[in-house]
Amino acid sequence: MGGVRTAVVGVGQTHHVAARHDVSMAGLVREAAAEALVDAGLDWSDVDAVVVGKAPDMFEGVVMPELWLADALGAAGKPLTRVHTAGSVGGSTALVAADLVRAGVHQRVLAVAFEKQSESNATWGLSVPMPFSSPLVAGAGGYFAPLIRAYMARSGAPRHIGHLVAVKDRLNALRNPKAHLHLPDITLEQVEESFLLWDPLRYLDVCPSSDGAMALVLASEDVADGLPGPAAWIHGSAMRSEPTMFAGRDQVNPQAGRDCAAQVFAEAGISDPRADLDCAEVYVPFSWYEPMWLENLGFCEAGEGWRLTEAGATAFDGDIPWNPSGGVLSSNPIGASGMIRFGEAAQQARGRAGDHQVEPRRGLVLGHAYGGGSQFFAMWVVGAAKP
Amino acid sequence: MDADTLVERHVLEYPGGYTRSLGPAESRFLTGLRDGRIVGVRLGDGRVMVPPAEYDPETARPVDEYVEVGPAGVVTAWTWVSEPRPGKHPLERPFAFALVRPDGADTAMLHVLDADGPASLRVGMRVAPRWRAERRGHVTDIEAWVPLAEGEPVPAPPAPAPPAPAPPAGADPGEAAEEPGPVTRMVSPVRLEYEINAGIAPTRYLHALAERRIVGQKAAGSDHVYVPPRGSDPTTGAPTEVEVEVGQDGTVTTFCVVNIPGLSDLAPPVPYVCAQILLDGADTPWFGLVQGLDADDVRMGLRVRAVWDDDPAPDARSIKWFEPNGEPDAPYESYKDYA
Amino acid sequence: MNGEVAVVAFAQTKHVARDRERNEVELIIPVVREAIERSGIPRHEIGFTASGSCDYLAGGPFSFVMGLDAVGAWPPIRESHVEADAAWALHEAWVAILTGEVDSALVYGFGKSSLGDVHEIMTLQTDPYHVAPLWPSMVDLAALQASALLAAGEVTERDLAEVSARCRTAALDNPNAVVAEAVDADELLARPITHPPLRDADVFPVTDGAAAVVLAAGDLARDVCSRPAWISGLDHRIEPQALGVRDLTTSRSTALAGANAGASAGGLDAAELHTQFSHEEPILRQALGLGDGVDVNPSGGPLTANPVMSTGLIRIGEIAARIHDGRIDRGLAHASQGPALQQNLVCVMEAR
Repeated sequence: MGGVRTAVVGVGQTHHVAARHDVSMAGLVREAAAEALVDAGLDWSDVDAVVVGKAPDMFEGVVMPELWLADALGAAGKPLTRVHTAGSVGGSTALVAADLVRAGVHQRVLAVAFEKQSESNATWGLSVPMPFSSPLVAGAGGYFAPLIRAYMARSGAPRHIGHLVAVKDRLNALRNPKAHLHLPDITLEQVEESFLLWDPLRYLDVCPSSDGAMALVLASEDVADGLPGPAAWIHGSAMRSEPTMFAGRDQVNPQAGRDCAAQVFAEAGISDPRADLDCAEVYVPFSWYEPMWLENLGFCEAGEGWRLTEAGATAFDGDIPWNPSGGVLSSNPIGASGMIRFGEAAQQARGRAGDHQVEPRRGLVLGHAYGGGSQFFAMWVVGAAKP
Repeated sequence: MDADTLVERHVLEYPGGYTRSLGPAESRFLTGLRDGRIVGVRLGDGRVMVPPAEYDPETARPVDEYVEVGPAGVVTAWTWVSEPRPGKHPLERPFAFALVRPDGADTAMLHVLDADGPASLRVGMRVAPRWRAERRGHVTDIEAWVPLAEGEPVPAPPAPAPPAPAPPAGADPGEAAEEPGPVTRMVSPVRLEYEINAGIAPTRYLHALAERRIVGQKAAGSDHVYVPPRGSDPTTGAPTEVEVEVGQDGTVTTFCVVNIPGLSDLAPPVPYVCAQILLDGADTPWFGLVQGLDADDVRMGLRVRAVWDDDPAPDARSIKWFEPNGEPDAPYESYKDYA
Repeated sequence: MNGEVAVVAFAQTKHVARDRERNEVELIIPVVREAIERSGIPRHEIGFTASGSCDYLAGGPFSFVMGLDAVGAWPPIRESHVEADAAWALHEAWVAILTGEVDSALVYGFGKSSLGDVHEIMTLQTDPYHVAPLWPSMVDLAALQASALLAAGEVTERDLAEVSARCRTAALDNPNAVVAEAVDADELLARPITHPPLRDADVFPVTDGAAAVVLAAGDLARDVCSRPAWISGLDHRIEPQALGVRDLTTSRSTALAGANAGASAGGLDAAELHTQFSHEEPILRQALGLGDGVDVNPSGGPLTANPVMSTGLIRIGEIAARIHDGRIDRGLAHASQGPALQQNLVCVMEAR
């Protein structure tokens, strides 16, 4: 990757919960941003530019809310950019912010992503019925559950694989005080007996709906070298998009995801992600997307992802932990969820992940986000050492 | 094509309105209005800003020294609304929007101004709030600002504020009645109306549906048939100008069984099946319902046929659902590249 | 890193007040195709794609997802979207080229303001606790700024009428304009004041449309374009939104962006300003230090065609097109969004 060496020097996030009744939207984003600035050892006035990401504005009923939130985020007199790339937006927002530094345009950029889903209802916001389009009468799960069934048919994966992920990520969340769901007693049986929402998806296979915000401070090498705290250096970054539907599209294992992973790993000098990464924070909103993305991202051959999950390879003590923070299955403020993956990856690289810190090896970590009909992808690889 | 394309009315409205939590500054402001007071906040440079925020708009640093301002103030800008919008604007007769700087504040707040007409308004005029008798902790607790003649006393807010909700059992009722709790939430209805036109390619397709035909489209020089068409072959961006009638039978390539009631007004009783159906001759799946057999009996490869509404219209809902057509299941190999 | 970036192609729809035929995808298809063809860069070689649109204009979430159908995003492309005027997408694309990873980019914007009530939709940009519940329209908010400006005494109603008359007359030469008439200030002043202190001619026409631009770096730009419009400066700035905390008679965010983009270096032949209301022109002229020698809004500007979400990008395209065909050597484009000129972008381009 080209341009100025760039690092994450500050990370902040809210405590994600179903409804943050105690804060305004401004209060929510400021909580994450202020924590990131303190973490970086910087003040509001040190920031050169602000980049804001969130999912559709219908969730909160404010059009382009970053305009109204500009001063809350310290952007008075500064550049402010709003990114919206569906579910991948948190990741895209981090990459847009990083590019401002890499391009040499700015030195210190604050990236913030949020969603205050309790202002409305995510199911409504994601599937507002529009004239002339075929009515999707089954919500977001109704879109993805058939793809999961297709994956099961294709790979021969047994039905309990998703449930294993549902348990694993919730147990990981117990190590993360900021996670929305804390289910200390969760068991495989509990997941198997939870309500069958969209067969084959059960209630506990599905992410929650959360209020939350995530913030990152990105800095150039010159700035990062002068700061007291650890930095997570960007070793690779990539975005890829493909259309929602076209003849011959592989919806289960989309080409855009494969291409995006290939680029980000090539930039980071990674030939075998399972061996070369310490861990990965991957956007898994439905449990089955762990084995599906293991294959899509090249952690194994196609059809083998579920075997890694079943063997415990992705568990906290496995050889390639996935979502040690608890992942999207444990916290899902939609617009922020991608940036939480990117930020949690940075915290692992910085050694700042607290109780969910995994054992460092090469010090490289993947952050991943996807959105739309599995068609928008954003990824980065961050590391403890400079690239 | 010269003709207008199909148009349908569309309402965008979150049922019941957005539920907004206020946080400290908005809560102070709206609680103040409920109590007949206008509350601002002191900024880092000593200026007083109203309405207050949790932060200084210039520096973003937290601020929390709240001060009462007004109630009278000065108009710093105004415009006239000759046609109020019922259900949205707070006044039903023509009124002004104005920026009003309350006495003691250094910034102005946007609100409505009730006056005889635009000729009576000028920047610099003195105004005072006309309070509602029944106040609930909302910006419209000030019904409107009204012109204040020189020397005229500022009208006091009608008292008392409405009683607080019944206190919880065990609380001191006397204390609760005197001190209603702070306002912490508000509900914000947002209703927008649209007239959406379908576009040229979808209109052709929808008109065919009214004739019980399913007509896909492809771009010139391409073999890929899109159903429903959206206007372009998304792999090339080329317009799909060639029409191809496809079959009304197809194969379930994958599906899910929905057990959640109430996901849509159009949803049948649970459990029901949502499937991707590859129509014979099409290259993209149709997202539709499968009925006419137990949900447990639906399977990948099932052959199905479209079931039409009795009175089909140029509308995607003219195909109500698909049901088994009696053919043997399609082999996995025949559709595996489409799921 | 790529230091030199230029606009090498521009296309826009023939804008209309209400397009009763085409949906958004059908608006985008021809402009994307035309811009790419004009650029001479094969579609599959374009390194980055960025777009700008607004879900609330379309009335539903993810309007940009369908927009992608017009681009031909296969094999998968490097792509991003801003919920903003596409001028901000152009800024993102410019940054992507500056990183050195790509040497070209497609930028497009689209919107159909006629589907809903754009004046009311933009109300929802305001503070949701104590401004939006009063439902001041986009025009009401602009009229408040005009009121403050006139009260300050440096601008008169006649000045506003002269801006409107000049733009409406200039639009007679712009086949893409929605409104055009040979009119002078006296005639406009005789028309009724509809949104005090503004008249209808002081307010943009509701417009449906789309636009696309292709950017290229250094040698590629020189290869594909005989007179590339080199971006010599590009910056954008925002200020607090609340009208009551701002000095509405000036635009300090425009002044900042202009200074950073090199607007004050002079030598400008023309400027395209994102003036949706006539009173915004004197505010912007002052903030940018534009003298009488600068031809402002030669296309007629947004007062004669305002396809929201591409209006700012069109300002950049209009200046670039004039550099491409040799009409001007150096020009300034300005884009704005948010109530009362809250956020402003300045792009200075030149022939070299």
